[in-house]
Amino acid sequence: MTSHLLLLVLFAFFVSLVFSVLLRDEPRAQLRTGAMMFGGFLAAALVLGWLMYPLPL
Amino acid sequence: MKSTAAERVRAAEPGMLVLLCLAAWAVPGAGHLWMGRRQKGLIFLLALPAMFVAGLLLKGRIFPFDWSEPLVGLAAVANFGAGAPWLLARMVDAGAGTVTASSYEYGNCFLIVAGLLNFLVILDAFDIGMGRK
Repeated sequence: MTSHLLLLVLFAFFVSLVFSVLLRDEPRAQLRTGAMMFGGFLAAALVLGWLMYPLPL
Repeated sequence: MKSTAAERVRAAEPGMLVLLCLAAWAVPGAGHLWMGRRQKGLIFLLALPAMFVAGLLLKGRIFPFDWSEPLVGLAAVANFGAGAPWLLARMVDAGAGTVTASSYEYGNCFLIVAGLLNFLVILDAFDIGMGRK
């Protein structure tokens, strides 16, 4: 398995799942926090990836 | 289902807290299951070992406690946090790591983070045992 994007998604899924369950008690709040965290992980990785694309200059 | 007041008082005894933390370390999620947080316990029980196994499948390395290289020692402490999966992997000599594999660093990341997340889960179980949550 060498798809970097797939591994990123898998990692983000596990980390956001555990953090959302740790931080929230109600299932709805867990789902919302988890989804936001998961989306944040993916968005941050993609944005940083594209920002670093031209490097080294 | 949350723990009852009687269970919390019983778990807040120092001996029981040590046992609670040991159980939470050995089996990820066991501390929460013990304290009656079934939903959380089951999710930790599934997610953390799955993350650890994913790290092994990605050819990550379980680091030795080698303090001549501090980062290796720290990574070993993080790996140790995974509990039973770490113990089982050590017993069957898994986690040798394949440095040349393209997924090696990802595997290390999964193994290390699984252990570190379990440390947080242990602390959460401790807080529940203390009656803070």
